[in-house]
Amino acid sequence: MLQHTTEAVGAHGTFHPFLLGWIVLLPLLGFLINGVLALMWWRRGPAPAGPEPSEQEAHAHGGDAHPGVEEQHPAPLDKPWTRTLPSLVAPGVVLAAFAIALVNFWGMLGAELHEPVIERYWSWMPVGSLQVDAALQLDQLSMLMTLIITGVGALIHVFSVGYMREDPGYPRYMAYLNLFIFFMLVLVLGASYPVMFVGWEGVGLCSYLLIGFWFKEQANADAGKKAFIVNRIGDAGFLIAMMLMFANLGTLSFSEVFAAAPGGLAYGGVVVTAVCLFLFLGAAGKSAQIPLYIWLPDAMAGPTPVSALIHAATMVTAGVYLVVRSSVLFTMAPTASLVVALIGALTAIFAATIGLKQWDIKKVLAYSTVSQLGFMFAAVGMGAYVAGVFHLMTHAFFKACLFLGSGAVIYAMHHALHATHNPADAQDMRNMGGLKRYLPVTFATMGIATLAIAGVPPFAGFFSKDEIIGAAWLGAGGTSPMAQATLLGIPGTAVMGFIGGTLTIAALLTAFYMGRMMLYTFFGPNRTGAEEERHLHEAGPTMTVPLVALATLSAVGGFLNVEHEVPIVGWFDFGQGAALHHWLHPVIAGSEEVVRANLGELMEPHHAWWPIVLAIVIGVGGLLLARALLNPDALRPAGVEPDYTSAPERVLYNKYWIDELYHALVVRPVNVVSQVFYRVFDRGIIDGIVDGGARMLQGIGLYTGTRVQTGQTNTYAFVIIIGVLVVLGAFTL
Amino acid sequence: MIAQTLPANAGLYLSAILFAIGVAGVMIRRNAIILFMCIELMLNAANLAFVWFSPFAGVQGQVFVFFVIAVAAAEAAVGLAIILAVFRHKETVNINEFSLLRF
Amino acid sequence: MLGLSEILFYFFGGMAVVSAVAMITRENPVASALWLIMTFFSLAAIYTLLGAYFIGIIQILVYAGAIMVLFLFVIMLLNLGNEYEPDIRGKTWLAMGAGSGLVLLGLLARMFSGETAPLGRQAGPRALANHVADVGVVNVIGLPLYRDYMVSLQATAILLLIACIGAVVLAKRKF
Repeated sequence: MLQHTTEAVGAHGTFHPFLLGWIVLLPLLGFLINGVLALMWWRRGPAPAGPEPSEQEAHAHGGDAHPGVEEQHPAPLDKPWTRTLPSLVAPGVVLAAFAIALVNFWGMLGAELHEPVIERYWSWMPVGSLQVDAALQLDQLSMLMTLIITGVGALIHVFSVGYMREDPGYPRYMAYLNLFIFFMLVLVLGASYPVMFVGWEGVGLCSYLLIGFWFKEQANADAGKKAFIVNRIGDAGFLIAMMLMFANLGTLSFSEVFAAAPGGLAYGGVVVTAVCLFLFLGAAGKSAQIPLYIWLPDAMAGPTPVSALIHAATMVTAGVYLVVRSSVLFTMAPTASLVVALIGALTAIFAATIGLKQWDIKKVLAYSTVSQLGFMFAAVGMGAYVAGVFHLMTHAFFKACLFLGSGAVIYAMHHALHATHNPADAQDMRNMGGLKRYLPVTFATMGIATLAIAGVPPFAGFFSKDEIIGAAWLGAGGTSPMAQATLLGIPGTAVMGFIGGTLTIAALLTAFYMGRMMLYTFFGPNRTGAEEERHLHEAGPTMTVPLVALATLSAVGGFLNVEHEVPIVGWFDFGQGAALHHWLHPVIAGSEEVVRANLGELMEPHHAWWPIVLAIVIGVGGLLLARALLNPDALRPAGVEPDYTSAPERVLYNKYWIDELYHALVVRPVNVVSQVFYRVFDRGIIDGIVDGGARMLQGIGLYTGTRVQTGQTNTYAFVIIIGVLVVLGAFTL
Repeated sequence: MIAQTLPANAGLYLSAILFAIGVAGVMIRRNAIILFMCIELMLNAANLAFVWFSPFAGVQGQVFVFFVIAVAAAEAAVGLAIILAVFRHKETVNINEFSLLRF
Repeated sequence: MLGLSEILFYFFGGMAVVSAVAMITRENPVASALWLIMTFFSLAAIYTLLGAYFIGIIQILVYAGAIMVLFLFVIMLLNLGNEYEPDIRGKTWLAMGAGSGLVLLGLLARMFSGETAPLGRQAGPRALANHVADVGVVNVIGLPLYRDYMVSLQATAILLLIACIGAVVLAKRKF
C-alpha cells in the first residue's frame, strides 16, 4: 500500500511530503490496538461487580455524570494494562502524527508551494469515466487543518486520559477517539470529493458513537441518533453536489474540478449555484447551521473531551473547510455565497440569544459553538476565506480550552457530589458558584479563553472576529467579490451591511453570555453545599497541562494574522504581519483568478478605525454588562432557584421551541406517513406479493417436485445435459 | 517434436468426442465409481482443448491444465472417501440407492 | 503426405476414443479403470506431441499414476472387481445417453469448425517451440505459475490440504 507515486504538480521547490500516509495511518493503528483491547475487555466481563447507579441518580446527575462512577467497584477482570496501554497508545499515536505533520510543515515553510502535492496510492473507483483515486493531497490549507487536528487532538487525548480513566468503557472510548482522528485526517487530506466524503461520513459515525458513548441511558442514545439522522440530511446535499459536479465537469478530484470549473461552468450560472447550495447543505448539517443546527446542543450528551474535540474544535468546522476548499466554486456563485453568509450571520445571532439563558454549562458552550460557526460561515460566504479559516483556528484553541475547562469543572463537581451522595446536577451552573477558589488553574485558563472568545485585545478571538466583522463592513462598502450579486433582488452590499450589524450584535451577546457563564460558575458564593464544598479540588496534571497549553494558544494565537494597515490591530504587528494570509494565499489563488476574470480588479479596501473601536467596546462592554446586570450572589441552587418566568426568558430558555416545532412539522408527519406505508403498503401489498409468491411456489414445488426429484442421479445428469445442450445450441445455432 | 501440420482443429474435435463419450457414460452407468471416472474423462477432454489452444493463445492454457489436474486430484480423493463412507452404510455403490435426500 | 508426428497423433487419438468407449461399456469396474488409464496414456502422448511436455509428464504421474491407482484401490477395497452387479441401464437410457452424446458432439463440432488459430496454423506451434527452446520445458509453465498465478497456486495448495483432511474424516470408521 505504501508503494506510491508522488505526483509533483507544478514547480514546488524541493518539497517532498514526509511520511504523509503515516499521518493518517497512525491514528488508525491506535484505533486497532485500542479496539482489540476494548473487545478483549468486553469479552472478559463487561459488567461491573457493584450495583449500577440507580436510574434516578444517574438521571439527576445529568449527561456527564459518569466519570468516576465505577471507581469504587472496578470491573471484575480489570487488569492494569487495560487502562495503562490505551493511556499510552491513544495520545501517543496522535502525538506521533502531530510530529510528522510538523516535519512536513517545516518542509513546506522552506519551499514555495504553489500547487498542492498529491500522493496517489491506488485507483479506488475506476467506473467508466468516473476515475477516483485513493489519493491524499497536501497543501497549505490541509496542512493547517492537520496541525490543528493532531495538535489540539493530542492535547484533548491527554486530557481524556485524566477524565475518562475510571470509566468502564475506557479502551472503547480511546479507540473511537483515535478512529475519529483518522477519519478527520482523511477528510482534510483527501484529494477528491469522494475521498473527503469518506472522512466526512467517518467522522459522523465517530460522532454518533461518542455522543451515545454512555448508551445505557436512553437520552444519550437518542442524542447520538439525532446527530446521525440530522447529518444524513446534509450528506444527501453533499452527494447531490458531487453528482452535479460529475455530470457537468466529469471529474471529482479537487485539482481537476477547480481547473475545469472556471471554463466549464458559467459564472453565477444555475449549475454552479446549485452545486454550491447543495455543498452548503452538507456543510450546514456537519457544522450545525440553521436549519440543521439542532443536533449539536444535544450532542453534549457525550463525554466532555468529545465535545471539545469533535463538537467544537474539529469536526464541526469541516463545513467551513469544505467551503474554503471549494472557494473557486463559491466565488463563481456569488448568490449562493451570499446565502451562506446570511445563514451564517443569522445562525450566529440566533444561537447567541439562546446561549443567554441556558443553565447547563455545556449547553452554553454548545450554543456558543453554533454561534461561532455562524461567524465562520458569514466570513467564507463573503469571500473572506482566510478570515474564516483564521477564526476556525482560534476558535479551535479557545473553544477546546473552554470545553476542557468545563470538563474539569464537571469532573470536580461530580466527584464532590458523588462523594456525598448528592443527586444534584453536576452541570447546572446554579449548583456551582465561587469555584475559582477551588479550581484556580481551570479558572485562569477558562478566563483567558473567555477573553479570547469575547474579543478582548490582544487575545486570539479579537483578531479573528474583528477580521470577519471588518470584512462585512468592507463588503458593504463594495470590496467583496459578492458585492455586485443580488439575493432575491437585494444588492449584496446591503446584505453584507445587514450581516455586519447582525454579527456585531452577536459579538456583544457572545461577550455577555460568556461573562454570565464565568460569573455564575466561578464567582459569588458556592452553592454546591457545605459538605460537598470540602471535596471540590483541581484534577491532576493530565487535565491541567492541556488546559494551560490551550489557554496559551488562545492568548497568542491571534498574532498569526495581523494586518498591518488596519488601525489599532496594526499595533500588534511584531514583524509577522498577515502570516496566515500569505500562507493560505496559494489555496485561494484560484478564486482570486475567478474574480479577476469576471469582475476585474476589486476596489482596494479602506480600513476605517471605527469598526475596530466598536469591536473592542463590544467585547469589553459585553463582559462588563454581564457583571453589571447579573448578580451571582443572589442565585440559589437548582431546584430552589425558580425557572424562568417572563415570556422572553422562557422563549430563550426553551430554545424558541425549535425542537418541538421540528417534531411537530417533520418527525410526526414522517411517523404518520411511515405508519400508513407500513400498514398498507408494506404489510398489505409488498408482504402480500412476497407471501403469495412463496405460497404459489410452494404449491408448484409440492406438486412437481415429488415427480421430478426421482432421486436417480442419471435423471439429474440428463437434465443438466439438456441444459448444456440448450445453452450450446443458443450459442452455435 | 511439435506437430505443426495437423489439420485445423483436429485436437478440438478429439476433445469434443471424448467429452461426449464421458457424457454418455454418466447417463448410462449406475456405478458411482464409474460415474467418477466418466467425470475424469470429461475433465481430460477439457484439458486437451486447453493444451490445443496454448500455442495460439499463450501458455496460460497449460497453467490451467495444471490447476485442473490439482482440483481433479482433490475431487477424486474426497469423492472416493464419500463413496467409501456411503458403501459402509448401504453396502452398494449403485447411485440409485443413494436417495436419502430425496424430498 | 503424413509426417511421423501426424501419424502418431491420429494413432493415439484413435486409441483414446476406442479405450474411452471401452471404459463406459465394460461391466467390470476394474476393466473400466484400466481402459481409462489407457485413455490417459494416449492423451499424455498427444500432449507431448502438441509441445506440452510438462503436462504430458504430469498426466502420467498424477492421473495415470496416482488418481487411477486410488480408483483401483477403492474398487478392490470394496471388492467390486469380483462381485460387481451389472450396472449398465436399459435400452431407453442407452438411447438417451447415445443421443445426447451425439447431439452434444454435433454442437461442439459446429462450434469448433470456425477459425480458432489467430496466429495462423503454423506460426503458433513454431513460436511455442521457440519459447520452449528458450526457457526450458518446465519454465514454460513454471514461470507464469509462480509469477502471475501465485495466489491461485497457494489456493490450490490449501485446497489439496483440505481435501486430504476431508478424505480422512469422511473415510474414517468412527467419528
